[in-house]
Amino acid sequence: MSVMTPYHSELRERHDGFGQLLRAEWTKFRTVRGWVIGVLVAVLLIVVLGAFTGANSQCSIADVTPQNPNPSIQACPAPPTGPGGEWVSDSFYFVRQPLAGDGSITVRLTSLTGLYSTNGGFGSPQNPTAGMSPGVQPWAKAGIIVKAGTRQGSAYAAMMVTGSHGVRMQWDFTHDVAGLAGKVSADSPRWLRLVRSGDVITGYDSADGAHWTKVGTATLAGLPSTVQAGPFVASPGYSVASASLGGASSTGGPTLATGGFDHLRLQGAWPAARWTGQAIAGTVDNALPASAQGFTQTAGRLTVSGSGDIAPSTDTIDSVKHTLAGTFAGLIAVVVIGVMFITAEYRRGMIRTTLAASPRRGRVLAAKAVVLAAVTFAAGLVAAAVTIPLGEHLLHDSGNPIFPAGTLTMTRIVVGTAALLATSAVLGLAVGTLLRRSAAAVTVVIAGLVLPYLLAVTPGILPVGAEQWLVRVTPAAAFAVQQSLMQYPQVNTIYAAGAGYFPLAPWAGLAVLCAWTALALALAVFLLRRRDA
Amino acid sequence: MTDVVHAEWTKLRTLPGTGWLLLAAAALTAAVGALAANAVTCPAGICQLDPARVSLTGIDLGQAVVAIVAVTVVSGEYSTGMIRLTLAATPRRGRVLAAKAAVAGTVTLAAGAVAVLASVLAGHLLLARHGITPAHGYEPLSLASGPVLRAAVGSVLYLVLIALLSVGVATAVRDSAVAIGVVLALLYLFPIISSAVTSPAWHRHLDQFSPMTAGLYIQATTNLGSLPLTPWQGLGVLAAWAAGAMLAGALLLRFRDA
Repeated sequence: MSVMTPYHSELRERHDGFGQLLRAEWTKFRTVRGWVIGVLVAVLLIVVLGAFTGANSQCSIADVTPQNPNPSIQACPAPPTGPGGEWVSDSFYFVRQPLAGDGSITVRLTSLTGLYSTNGGFGSPQNPTAGMSPGVQPWAKAGIIVKAGTRQGSAYAAMMVTGSHGVRMQWDFTHDVAGLAGKVSADSPRWLRLVRSGDVITGYDSADGAHWTKVGTATLAGLPSTVQAGPFVASPGYSVASASLGGASSTGGPTLATGGFDHLRLQGAWPAARWTGQAIAGTVDNALPASAQGFTQTAGRLTVSGSGDIAPSTDTIDSVKHTLAGTFAGLIAVVVIGVMFITAEYRRGMIRTTLAASPRRGRVLAAKAVVLAAVTFAAGLVAAAVTIPLGEHLLHDSGNPIFPAGTLTMTRIVVGTAALLATSAVLGLAVGTLLRRSAAAVTVVIAGLVLPYLLAVTPGILPVGAEQWLVRVTPAAAFAVQQSLMQYPQVNTIYAAGAGYFPLAPWAGLAVLCAWTALALALAVFLLRRRDA
Repeated sequence: MTDVVHAEWTKLRTLPGTGWLLLAAAALTAAVGALAANAVTCPAGICQLDPARVSLTGIDLGQAVVAIVAVTVVSGEYSTGMIRLTLAATPRRGRVLAAKAAVAGTVTLAAGAVAVLASVLAGHLLLARHGITPAHGYEPLSLASGPVLRAAVGSVLYLVLIALLSVGVATAVRDSAVAIGVVLALLYLFPIISSAVTSPAWHRHLDQFSPMTAGLYIQATTNLGSLPLTPWQGLGVLAAWAAGAMLAGALLLRFRDA
């Protein structure tokens, strides 16, 4: 009588675990020369193309003015820098006098009117507003401001009435708090008050001058003891996107706003005792010349006309994103590798050995995804970390101002680019598993990732609405992770993908790609289990 | 030579995917063109757009599907080892490549003609509803007009040249994934790099050398003066790329073991 001995594997426990599977896949990856070369090519393409765009991008502006209709092209000056290090627009008409120490300023606004140019320019130097149409800009600003000095970009806090966004308190360019809603008129005037106490400035508004509401409190670190304060008016450039096929093309021009002030009351030490008018202006602002701005003072009533904007600058080039133009080349390379990582197994029949050795098929795909993601993430990290400083250096040498993205933003862009490459490679792997045909899989992934971006950024192909939709729902939304520019609700401009503004937040954009990848991976696991290999 | 072409035709015809892919190329081209034409808004008649270009936007996507078919004609044989049999039967390798190019070009011509006709028809029907009317200075989109006919015929030729380019690249690199990667990189990377380079001279050079950007100048019917090349010169650039790829493929096929 024979005894049946159950089979016991000679292998020690945990030797068929996920770790072993990872090791097997890693061995496969590193021993295929073409794939290793492919990853190196991806890194090289990103760096070389970044250096190429950096070296061949000369930012230039031609400052057309009535005095100089045919100007020579000059290098772009960098916009002024705000207290937070960001680029800002800081041009307005300032009716000011020094305030020594603590104090307050109160004013009543009874009107805000405006003029705008639809043809992109303005009239003669003698009469710059000739030919402009009446109309106040939504973010035209009239109110009172306390500012560290008259230098562009210096710290400030202001209470203002806007064209169509009610009363606001804004400070240091990026902060914006809403006060009373509604438009200003003689029937519904707006009372504004700023109180300075050391570095702290508090804004109040009122509809009747008797009942006051606190709007906000700004702490302006390092505010000098003597500051400049008084009424101001600004009116940002008018711009409309042509809503059809013209891509991000826009028409617009400088505008003018005029505010009527009365009941001006000052408390504290105001040593000058008289108002000085000054157009705060620089080289890069979409504003009317100083001759169009000014103020008149009659019987306790001030009328101030100003042009320009006090806000973060959005009319800039995304220099960081420019240096990463080669990402697309690297992306195509890693997608090809990702697809081949699975289709090569089918082509060589290796898949049968792989699945025989590890019958739990989902884990095989997981191990492949982990190995692929790790390799491409590392490659992307190296490529982005080398390319951005190199590209910025070359851009700077060709006379371009470099967008002052903070360390945090830079880190997000470098890590985000690496994650973008890794996720795209895994998407390639998943689609390759689904289709088992290399050419079709590569095309599906690249047409889903690169083509929507291309259609969105090339002007003149798609209408603006369609282009926004493309970079919102397709995997191409992930390129938002490379955006360094910021969008501000208090600045009206054309936030188009072509100019470097994506409709989704950086990580949300990457999440769209991750969702597509997760969906493709889930389908791939399902089909891998169901189908014969 | 007829036999070689016939053999290639039989191989392509009997692959299950070919018909579906060609159908997909035509359908995707027409669908994207119709979507683009439907998205046009021209409220006050001030829209600087090119009606022919809009209707034929689908070519941007359709070309990728055409490239799959063309790459598969060559790479499919390498992945199955069939190429050794093919070359044993027809030892004059140049002829094999020529036959493959002829077959891929012909099926693309047929699918492309369907795609372009459908796109123009969709444009004709849809654009008029979105403000592209004679009142705004636009003729209805019709093949009777010379420039539109040139854009339509040129777009079909564009697709054929993409097929030839893909056959050449696939013969040179053999693996289908790498071949399609190279083709799509050639097509899509130039315009992206061009949009990132702000130097006007380089911008122009990149557009002139780009197989896709220059090739698609053939679709332009308005503002021809603003293009760096004439439409036929643009298509010529793509033809040069296709010829270069075919030549590289032919040389490598001839002097390399299969």
